[in-house]
Amino acid sequence: MSTGETHKPPPYMLVWVGLFVLTIMEVFYATLSSIPKIWLAIGLMAMAFLKAYWVAIYYMHLKWEPKRLWLLVSVPIPLIMILIFVVHNEIF
Amino acid sequence: MTTQAMTAGRAPMPGMKVYNLKLGMWIFLLSEVMFFTGLIGSYVILRFAHPEQFAEPGQVLNINLTAFNTFLLICSSVTMVKAYAAIQQGDQQGLKNWLLATIVIGASFVGVQVYEYIALAGEGFVPIAEAYHAVGRHMPHDGPAIGGQLYGSTFYTMTGFHGTHVSIGVLCLCFTYWRAAKGAYTADSLGGVEIMGLYWHFVDLVWIILFTIVYLI
Repeated sequence: MSTGETHKPPPYMLVWVGLFVLTIMEVFYATLSSIPKIWLAIGLMAMAFLKAYWVAIYYMHLKWEPKRLWLLVSVPIPLIMILIFVVHNEIF
Repeated sequence: MTTQAMTAGRAPMPGMKVYNLKLGMWIFLLSEVMFFTGLIGSYVILRFAHPEQFAEPGQVLNINLTAFNTFLLICSSVTMVKAYAAIQQGDQQGLKNWLLATIVIGASFVGVQVYEYIALAGEGFVPIAEAYHAVGRHMPHDGPAIGGQLYGSTFYTMTGFHGTHVSIGVLCLCFTYWRAAKGAYTADSLGGVEIMGLYWHFVDLVWIILFTIVYLI
């Protein structure tokens, strides 16, 4: 978007359908009592992160942004990893 | 369309290839990522450390209602991005229509959240330690409490901060709509719509994570 490059129109409606379907799947998956809690949590988080990724890539147009903005956006990731590590140590 | 044209002559940040307004919004959003990560991290610590203070999914919170609210926010994201796509084509009426749809859906999200809060408070699920007595959905009011005060405090803190962000977003959308009605945006000057969209999609993205962690796990 910002670089002035031309590209195909993003598949906005297709992403919307994907988000909708994943939300329904999440709600259904959360009600499955036969799955161990840990796998339930991993599956739900995987679906949530996939949805968040689609929003960031297609709706926030990160896919078409310059690599330097990607670098900037990735700055919090190591900070989040540190936070998770600290949280993990706090719990166990 | 070039960056120079989109920002009506304002130079992009040297080396970043992104105009300043947008770079500023991204930096603000990154600070918001850390803010919400801090809140979610605290919730995870408390939940693992005191599992008896929290309820199983669906025991206290209304998952179906919130799933509907999640659907609303997802719809508002697509209407927001449609508004941006409309002004990219120079479609002023399309921009206004899609922005209005985003405002209505965003306000509906806040309305449903207020309704949810009122219903939960009526069932004893409150953030006040002394008054907490959540008996669960469709249960007699004099039954034993499910979970504890930590559940109420963390729930209202996380969803409350998010709801505040949505409410501020709706106000900013109204301002964007007002400017759009005055013809302030064109295909060559749409930076305001784009950064409004970035904020709105971020709010949607945070809710996607919150919905899973708070309501489903």
